[in-house]
Amino acid sequence: MSSLPPYASTGQKIWFYSFRVICGLIFFFLIAPIITIIPLSFNAEDFFTFTPGMLALDPDAYGLDHYRDFFTNPDWQQPLWNSVRIAPMATLLSVAFGTLAAIGLSQSHVPFKGAIMAILISPMIVPLIISAAGMYFFYSRIGLQGTYLGVVLAHAALGIPFVIITVTATLVGFDKSLTRASASLGADPVTTFFKVQMPLILPGVISGGLFAFITSFDEVVVVLFVGSAGQKTLPWQMFIGLREQISPTILAVATILVVISIALLTTVELLRRRSERLRGMSPG
Amino acid sequence: MNASSGSENFVVFDRVQKSYDGETLVVKDLNLSVGKGEFLTMLGPSGSGKTTCLMMLAGFETATHGEILLGGQPINNIPPHKRGIGMVFQNYALFPHMTVAENLAFPLQVRNMGKSDQEAKVKRALDMVQMGDFGGRRPAQLSGGQQQRIALARALVFEPELVLMDEPLGALDKQLREHMQFEITNLAHNLGITTVYVTHDQTEALTMSDRVAVFDDGRIQQLAPPDELYEAPSNSFVAQFIGENNTLMGTVSKIDGDRAEVRLDDGEIIDTKPVNVSKVGERTLVSIRPERVEFNKDRLTPGAHTIKAEVLEFIYMGDIYRTRLRVAGNEDFIIKTRNAPDQRRLQPGEQIEIGWRAEDCRALDA
Repeated sequence: MSSLPPYASTGQKIWFYSFRVICGLIFFFLIAPIITIIPLSFNAEDFFTFTPGMLALDPDAYGLDHYRDFFTNPDWQQPLWNSVRIAPMATLLSVAFGTLAAIGLSQSHVPFKGAIMAILISPMIVPLIISAAGMYFFYSRIGLQGTYLGVVLAHAALGIPFVIITVTATLVGFDKSLTRASASLGADPVTTFFKVQMPLILPGVISGGLFAFITSFDEVVVVLFVGSAGQKTLPWQMFIGLREQISPTILAVATILVVISIALLTTVELLRRRSERLRGMSPG
Repeated sequence: MNASSGSENFVVFDRVQKSYDGETLVVKDLNLSVGKGEFLTMLGPSGSGKTTCLMMLAGFETATHGEILLGGQPINNIPPHKRGIGMVFQNYALFPHMTVAENLAFPLQVRNMGKSDQEAKVKRALDMVQMGDFGGRRPAQLSGGQQQRIALARALVFEPELVLMDEPLGALDKQLREHMQFEITNLAHNLGITTVYVTHDQTEALTMSDRVAVFDDGRIQQLAPPDELYEAPSNSFVAQFIGENNTLMGTVSKIDGDRAEVRLDDGEIIDTKPVNVSKVGERTLVSIRPERVEFNKDRLTPGAHTIKAEVLEFIYMGDIYRTRLRVAGNEDFIIKTRNAPDQRRLQPGEQIEIGWRAEDCRALDA
């Protein structure tokens, strides 16, 4: 922990404390909206605000009604099921293609590397609404619009940049002589890939996959364009719920999604530490 | 040990050329034969093409022209993993996610060897490098020298006939390096393995090898056993690259069989052995080792030419004395004398006469 050195001037002292206050305010600004919905989701009444009973911490003012609604109401169950079917497939495709692309782009002999990389990363940079509109017209033309496969492919395209970026970052620390060593020991390129390269870049692959999963699981714009009622996902239903029904069940869903996101990000962090440990292991 | 046992041409480079960009040749017309069981070192400054040659032999680079043969078979079209050549890398290249034993078992696994055979071979290889108790460790838990031994064991565990080593001792400290030099040569000779070793460290090359190929500018400048390389360098690059060396410029004034007189630029005459000069009047660079210069008149051959020298600096180095002289305008003329009870310490400013046996002083290309 840094502390104030004894020779600090008045100005430095003021800055030292105001810096802390500013940081605290920023954190509050970022976290408060998310934190607020958690107690609200346990509201016994159908309100979006804290009831007097809740503020008085009266146990009767809290309830699990909204969670019950989420897990029983088909209006919510169908979107949940859709999300659960779409996100893992999209993640799988993102991870497979993203990893291969990253490995390919790490080879020294690939021409136009920068341009290829830029194109592959573009779904992350181009405004989502533009990608979504483009996909809508393109997918309509080839008959993918309004299909399960269409939504999966669209989400995979959105997830690939995350995988490419995380895997490329892991490959930077990858010692090329390891693949040569593997070949000199008699392993063919496929064996080398699965036994030597993959285990070492796995943290990058998995964290990229988690980002891709969250992207698909949270995505609402593209699915509104590319999907049809049959592919209604959880975020889509939340969007409708807010606009049309104003159902407090949204708060319960949001809380569940927050918990899932925290769990996934914790996994990413643990993997990052593991990867650092492994890199510390590689000599030289 | 000589390459007398078995084939003289186990590894052959036949007119091999290599260019990375299609214009400049990194390796120019390489012809080299390595005998079975031989320990051959490729020595040279960085950028001389020695590592490229090793990588071509391993299969990680392809020759632009020419053919590489292993055991009589051309291997240009065989991918690295089918060549069966063991290799020790400069940074060891141990697999960090595997234990030491798993690292060693890897080449056996990919050869589909049975579990019990694998274990036996791994154990034997670990014992061979005195690392028997370290099978369960991860590479990161080992010191540099230990990692080096594991890398060596891994390159040998599948019993290749040829092992390549790319500056394997470069990252170790001096003492450990000297110890490992000894261990590697012993191991290679005891197992009868053919070794091609790449280094830029001439001490390593001289102490470990049966023969040394000195590389410069994409060519082998000299290929010879260490003693011949040191005592009879065949051109001025080798003379200056291997060991410490004094050079003087002059013109050949008389040639008589294996004796030649050279007139130095200040007019003095010295005795030399003509190496790659053939006629009177040719410019030559004369090379003589610091330990072969004699200033004690009693020890010089009668009738030999001597030349004047002025002592500039005397450096005490423990086992030897190192004295810097001015000779024929060259102020970096070094002589080395053994620290012995009867040895005289030269004083700066002293004027002396120096000389040498003609065969120790080689007249090379200018």
